Amino acid sequence: MNLTLLMYLVPSLIMFGCGVYGFLTRKNMIAIMISLELMLNSVDLNFVVFNRYLFPGQMDGMFFTLFAIAIAAAETAVALAIIINVFRVARKVDINELIKLKF
Amino acid sequence: MPLSYTIAVIAIPLFMFFFLGLAGVKMGRKLTGWLGVIGMLITTILAYGVALTYFFGTGQGQLAADGARQAVVVFNPDWLSFTKELVVRMGIMLDPIAAMMLIVITTVSMMVHLYSIGYMSDHHGHAEKGYQRYYAFLALFTFSMLGLVVATNLFQIFIFFEMVGVSSYLLIGFYYQSPAAVHASKKAFIVTRLADLFFLLGILILSYYTGTFDFDKLVFGANGANSLEVAQSAISTAGGATFLGCSVTAWALTFIFIGGAGKSAMYPLHIWLPDAMEGPTPVSALIHAATMVVAGVFLVARLFPLYVIEQGAMEIICVVGAFTAFYAAAIACVQSDIKRALAFSTISQIAFMMTSLAVSSADGGLIEIHGGHGLGYMASMFHLFTHAMFKALLFLCAGAIIHAVHSNENSDMHGLHKFMPITSFAFLIGCLAIAGIPPFAGFWSKDEILVACYSKGIGWGIWMSMVAGMTAFYMFRIYFLIFHWKKHEVHTEHAPADQPWTMTLPLIILGLISIIAGFAPAAKLLGWDGKDLHTQLNWTVAGTSVLIACVGIGLAFKMYYKENELPDKLQARFSGLWEAAYRRFYMDELYQFITHKVIFQGICKPIAMFDRGIIDGFFNLLAAATGRAAYGIRRLQNGSIQSYVYVYLVGALALALVTMVCVLI
Repeated sequence: MNLTLLMYLVPSLIMFGCGVYGFLTRKNMIAIMISLELMLNSVDLNFVVFNRYLFPGQMDGMFFTLFAIAIAAAETAVALAIIINVFRVARKVDINELIKLKF
Repeated sequence: MPLSYTIAVIAIPLFMFFFLGLAGVKMGRKLTGWLGVIGMLITTILAYGVALTYFFGTGQGQLAADGARQAVVVFNPDWLSFTKELVVRMGIMLDPIAAMMLIVITTVSMMVHLYSIGYMSDHHGHAEKGYQRYYAFLALFTFSMLGLVVATNLFQIFIFFEMVGVSSYLLIGFYYQSPAAVHASKKAFIVTRLADLFFLLGILILSYYTGTFDFDKLVFGANGANSLEVAQSAISTAGGATFLGCSVTAWALTFIFIGGAGKSAMYPLHIWLPDAMEGPTPVSALIHAATMVVAGVFLVARLFPLYVIEQGAMEIICVVGAFTAFYAAAIACVQSDIKRALAFSTISQIAFMMTSLAVSSADGGLIEIHGGHGLGYMASMFHLFTHAMFKALLFLCAGAIIHAVHSNENSDMHGLHKFMPITSFAFLIGCLAIAGIPPFAGFWSKDEILVACYSKGIGWGIWMSMVAGMTAFYMFRIYFLIFHWKKHEVHTEHAPADQPWTMTLPLIILGLISIIAGFAPAAKLLGWDGKDLHTQLNWTVAGTSVLIACVGIGLAFKMYYKENELPDKLQARFSGLWEAAYRRFYMDELYQFITHKVIFQGICKPIAMFDRGIIDGFFNLLAAATGRAAYGIRRLQNGSIQSYVYVYLVGALALALVTMVCVLI
């Protein structure tokens, strides 16, 4: 079976939609972060696929993805650290209860 | 001694200022004082060496080919060079009056340094608080005054003029806890600053039209050139430009005189000097009697050849000087505060010097035309010298008396002669000197001034002779009231007595100088063109002035030697006049009215209202409107992250939709 561009983009779109949905509806901060990672990965997939199908002679998209993965790892570490610290102070991880940062 | 040692004369006080000011806190108070005295002693010795070398030595360029003593520029590096023509230099220049001023300043300053060791201590000999600050400021003042007299150009003189004003401000306000001292220091600073504004204007006009700041291009004949010709050519550089019917140089010189009048307390800018007596008494002796107040006289003397040519400016000085001399003498006759009486006497004497400078244009004006000589110039500088000595003596005596009785009022003194014989004797010498009784110092210089005034016109001479008589009267009034009048009543726990040797020694030294200073060869050394003047005593004038002085003293003796009813009767008889003179002819009230009622209420207040109401109001309105708007929309930030994301998502989708629609269409 010949894999076409669309066959990659559709799962990627589904992944992204799941990420957005999770980000908006989950209450747990860890879950929200997982949703965020999901969105990020769908975008990474898009990069690779577009690179492979549209500009086969170039490697830009590949490299961009590698960078994005590395940065995502770092960002996850920071986010986790923040969540842990928030938990230590507030004893909760429910995003709806953590609304002190406002006017 | 090489004349270049003048640099050290100026550098040592500057160093002492920084050293005592910065390191003084770490040292003991007494040690600071003595270090100040030692530093000043070295300065004094060097200054004497330099001045005597200048006057009596040869071979360092001080003698021109015709034997006239000319200005020597020791060094003169560029300090600020704006363009090739516009260069401000900082240098050292010695000429007869600068050399004389070096002696005057260092002598008086030395005496005051030594005297202050005793004066700034309490009765147990403990030094007062702020001792280090006091000595640092004294050094700063000495530095500024020395820098002023050796200045090579107008700009340098202006800078040091300002520094003198600042040190005066700092020293008048030395007792900064006392509101009167703070007010007095502010008053002195503001009045002299106002005058200095005119000085700056004068400098700018003069240098704009003549193209130079330097004295050797304005008034001094370097290398034997005639200084009058130099001045003439400087004025002709201005190209006959006029403003309101007077030449611009006359305007410039008048403005410069106003600057000098501010420092020299000429009417109507004299109001700061009596109040300046709030400072410590040795400071009054140093600044407000002997050195700083003659800065104005010195300034006019420095530019003398220019003034000689611009007769209009000279006439103004003459009138102002003659009026101030009388005005201040009249007030001094009724003051009850010893320092205030001495302050007005200072104003009167400085006015004598100014008048003397101004009248010398009449006889010694355009030298070739009138065939006279600059007698008034020499007399003025001579009087500056002698007056500094005996006025410092009088003030230091006053300080000793105040230190002993803890009061400035005559009524608390009376009959001190028995208690303080040395002070009494020194004060008497000072009084005799200022009254002009031969052979004391004041006689010789005042006689020359009167001769110069008579040669301008008999009216000027009679007027000044009358003021000289008043001088004798009011000085002896003070003397008799303090030391005689009636038996002294001891109020404090210890009777007043002569003060410790640090305070008595300066009195003795200055007393001796006041006796002999009149024999200094002033006519030979202080001629305006550096040549010997060959004056001789004019016995008619001298005899008359001594007679008038004796009448003044006799009157004072009759009225004030023994307690009697006469002064009170006279006061009751002329109560209006007495009151007016006692209140200084309401000049302070007039100033108060003009500044507060006219300037503050009439001009400043509307301007302030415009500024606060309209200018500030507009910006306040902008700020308030922005604040309101921000307050209204701040509820959008509710702290819930997910709601932000909703809004973001909806916005992004809407934008995408709009883009798509646009693309499709």
